Amino acid sequence: MSATDHVSRGATWLAALTDNASKAKGFPASVQVVDAPLGELPARYIAVVPDTDNAYPRAAGGEVGLVEGWALAKAVRDIVAADAGNEHKRAVVAVIDVPSQAYGRTEEAFAIHQALAAAAEAYAAAREAGHPIVGLIVGKAMSGAFLAHGYQANRLIALDDAGVQVHAMGKQAAARITQRTVEGVEKLAETITPMAYDIASFDKLGLLFARLSIGDADKPDANDLRQVRTTLDKAVADIGDDDSLASRLDAEGRAASVKVRERLRAQWAGD
Amino acid sequence: MQRLSLDYPAGEPAAQRALAGVVGSGDLEVLLEPAQSGRSTVAITTSVDGVNDIWTAVIDRIFADTDQPAVALEINDFGATPAVVRLRIAQAMEQAASGQGSA
Amino acid sequence: MESAELLQRESFVEKNARQRVQHLVDAGTLRELLDPFERLSSPWLGLQDIVTQADDGVVIARGKIDGVAVVVAAIEPAFQGGSMGEVGGAKIAGALELALEDARAGKPVVPVLLLETGGVRLQEANCGLAAIAEIHAAIVALRAHVPVIGVISGPVGCFGGMSIAAGLCSTLIATREARLGLNGPQVIEQEAGVDEFDSRDRPMIWSLTGGAQRHACHLVDKLCDDDAAEIRTAIARAVAQPVADLPRTQAVDAHLAQLRSLDTSRRADAEWARQVMAHDIHGAGDPS
Repeated sequence: MSATDHVSRGATWLAALTDNASKAKGFPASVQVVDAPLGELPARYIAVVPDTDNAYPRAAGGEVGLVEGWALAKAVRDIVAADAGNEHKRAVVAVIDVPSQAYGRTEEAFAIHQALAAAAEAYAAAREAGHPIVGLIVGKAMSGAFLAHGYQANRLIALDDAGVQVHAMGKQAAARITQRTVEGVEKLAETITPMAYDIASFDKLGLLFARLSIGDADKPDANDLRQVRTTLDKAVADIGDDDSLASRLDAEGRAASVKVRERLRAQWAGD
Repeated sequence: MQRLSLDYPAGEPAAQRALAGVVGSGDLEVLLEPAQSGRSTVAITTSVDGVNDIWTAVIDRIFADTDQPAVALEINDFGATPAVVRLRIAQAMEQAASGQGSA
Repeated sequence: MESAELLQRESFVEKNARQRVQHLVDAGTLRELLDPFERLSSPWLGLQDIVTQADDGVVIARGKIDGVAVVVAAIEPAFQGGSMGEVGGAKIAGALELALEDARAGKPVVPVLLLETGGVRLQEANCGLAAIAEIHAAIVALRAHVPVIGVISGPVGCFGGMSIAAGLCSTLIATREARLGLNGPQVIEQEAGVDEFDSRDRPMIWSLTGGAQRHACHLVDKLCDDDAAEIRTAIARAVAQPVADLPRTQAVDAHLAQLRSLDTSRRADAEWARQVMAHDIHGAGDPS
């Protein structure tokens, strides 16, 4: 990306958390991979960032496209392979600032769903192999892009900031698909928690390990970094031996998700 | 969306529960369960507003025979025509009587 | 095909979700879990004045297929476009998580997923998305123990986060009436413009994302006619397969090399996609 480009939050936080350590080679410009410590231990940090020169123009704005999906898979699988014989499995921090998956004809023709599946599977497989995976949401975490980059993490942390949003679809498209106006979508989002875009509403669904109020999400200072690093450490400690996503299932906001599982379990074995 | 509740005199409880239809465009879902003897109830939720009179007329006719088994019907409607309404309820009633109703 | 044969053929696509499950599972073995009379419907749709379905559009059943223990999760295409809400999503995720517990305890149960879905139900957006992530997690974990079978028969097809779930399945079965893609045509048009993707251009859409194309591109393992018996046979064969690697998600370097080689200034079409993806990147040889 050229020097005049706006530096994305993903790139900003990746650089800040890793003290500007050099990027791992062998990845496209849109997928930045840095090996740097987390606390005392080595870890891998990964972010998807804008690249105005992206050969796939629909992924130039930091979207997760075909190349990004497969490159994420590579970034994660490489350390699973490298650590295969080691007792200690390196942590992976997915720094999440992804406005969407890439929307385009080329993307559909060459199976972007399969690229995102490769990324999601790599993260899930790393988690299963004992790598603690933490997703740090510093900007947007949208839809398929989030499923490919971060949603398989053992623990999710989000900055408490207006620029941090989680959703299944942008407002314009969501309005079109549900045959509502954008105002209508916004109005409903005020009362229907899972339809909201803001991170406080998302937190009510019990999907976050922590929501962090920090000084400046665009320009983190030393205090901000200290706070985020401390929380990343706590998340890794909290993961322990838990290789599942079960910690997400304890909130009133997703009561039905819990109830369905309880009732399914009661009926599962039969008698 | 609108809700409507109706009830009718009926005979003995239906033999068993039954299910018909899905909540798809122009269709509806009928959940039939045995009710206490002497009274059938029908609880309708419909996506179409302002058609209470039509629903009442259609269901009144179906339950005109007061010797029919006592049932509690739950209907979830997504714009079914009266013909589809009659068909689905008849399917559920038939299953409830034939011993093939329970999933 | 002769018209007499066509008339005799029993459509799978025209069946609703529960009828599909009844057709697939061996007679006398079917046990539905959380059936409609449990009344676990959406807690969110009613708040938006939208009529709910008593099973939230997902049928979960245990049983056997040709003697193999299975759990079938079938999405109802007619209800809300097969969209994944909180309850339907939790039914699928929860069933897969229980199958995983059983598999780890040495009691293998093979999941069969009938993926008829537009993806996340936007009226329950973040609950649907979260459930889909949980479904992905469970499929990946299960594949270490049992094959996971995906079926896309149509008429809705399989999109959004659930297309990723399809991409994670050990064996993916589709018909020519099915489509498979990440983004629905309307959304691509909305986000990228009508010149990029005209959502009314049905021939273009089918040529790129239809079942036959996806099969030719090695993204679908078995292409079936809309024939209930043929589809059941394909599923029965798949559930009996041993656990295997899945190059479709695991051959990372080969896929990256392929993407680097593409001339991305060219407008993508079906023929080109077939040429690029038809060679043996997935280690599966020619499509069967």
